[in-house]
Amino acid sequence: MSWLNFFRTRRDEAAAATNANLAKDRLQVIISHERVSRTREDFLPKMQQELVAVVTRYVAVDPEKVQVNLERGADLSTLAIEIELPGPKGKLT
Amino acid sequence: MAQVIVVTSGKGGVGKTTSSAAFATGLAQRGKKTVVIDFDVGLRNLDLIMGVERRVVFDIVNVIQGEAKLNQALIRDKRVDGLSILPASQTRDKDALTREGVQGIIEELSKEFDYILCDSPAGIEKGALLALYFADAAVVVTNPEVSSVRDSDRILGVLQSKSKRAEEGKEPVKQHLLLTRYDPARVERGEMLKLDDVLEILAIPLLGVIPESESVLKASNSGNPVILDSDSPAGQAYADAVARFLGEEKPHRFIEAEKKKGFFGRLFGGRAA
Ligand SMILES: Nc1ncnc2c1ncn2[C@@H]1O[C@H](COP(=O)(O)OP(=O)(O)OP(=O)(O)O)[C@@H](O)[C@H]1O
Ligand SMILES: [Mg+2]
Repeated sequence: MSWLNFFRTRRDEAAAATNANLAKDRLQVIISHERVSRTREDFLPKMQQELVAVVTRYVAVDPEKVQVNLERGADLSTLAIEIELPGPKGKLT
Repeated sequence: MAQVIVVTSGKGGVGKTTSSAAFATGLAQRGKKTVVIDFDVGLRNLDLIMGVERRVVFDIVNVIQGEAKLNQALIRDKRVDGLSILPASQTRDKDALTREGVQGIIEELSKEFDYILCDSPAGIEKGALLALYFADAAVVVTNPEVSSVRDSDRILGVLQSKSKRAEEGKEPVKQHLLLTRYDPARVERGEMLKLDDVLEILAIPLLGVIPESESVLKASNSGNPVILDSDSPAGQAYADAVARFLGEEKPHRFIEAEKKKGFFGRLFGGRAA
């Protein structure tokens, strides 16, 4: 990295750290996601219901104990589905 | 039994969402289990002000329509223990909210939480009526400005006639005035309604005065409720208001213009954030 580059990245980083830039970054992420979901049906509720249905075919789970955690990002989003399964003493269906 | 508090105003853009976020966070900071519900279906913003917008999976309409469990739609705050957010739907219209649906949600939340805050949309239409219907207490957010004061008076009338408590002839909804965006310097110059004038006209108990403050924009940029900025005048004013709500005596601050600083004060004092 040339010294010129060095200064450029330092400056970009400083700019990115300002409060207003934080606002812009947050908006870009959320608005791009919202624009997508405006054009097609939100599949999350359905996907979650189907996942629970699959799991309940094997184990008796309380649908309340299925937690869907989403973290939207600029380049990638993560979806974590946490299903609390009964222990070995829990009865199988 | 949880206490249901509506944050309402009639007029738009006076600081309901800012106040809901700050108040809910403040109650949780004081160890009260608190959930804040965004009733602004179609124009959700509380998630942004609370900084949880990237984590929204389900919303209040999904819960009402049985597409998700309440538990799954609640977003647990990562900064303050005991604080949860229930987002509004962004894509559905206001008719998706029903009184029965909201009642079910409030009953279920009552089992887990001490306080249920309802961030009302502007206006006196369906969404705003639903937000205040189940209220035990109301925080009426008012700016020192003619149209805001008049609209606050309208909403006080609505609280007295259209809330569940009013309809059932119970003890009326407890009303609290939260005067926000107050600028003591402009009041001193005679450019802005003063606190006493607003109190005289609305004639309800004062919960707090939140000064016009640069820290509010900073807070919304970063998605941290302004009460977390404990150095800022607005943050401190919200913390005082929460304390008063919980029954503490706190003298009102930020209602006098700062005295003119001397030469050194001007040199080193900086300006109020
Ligand atoms: N004390 C304050 N000092 C400076 N700006 C403020 C203050 N309180 C609120 N604001 C600003 O006022 C604007 C409106 O605030 P907010 O979104 O909280 O209002 P609202 O009543 O929820 O609006 P709506 O009726 O659209 O839901 C925002 O830009 C916010 O940053
Ligand atoms: Mg709002």
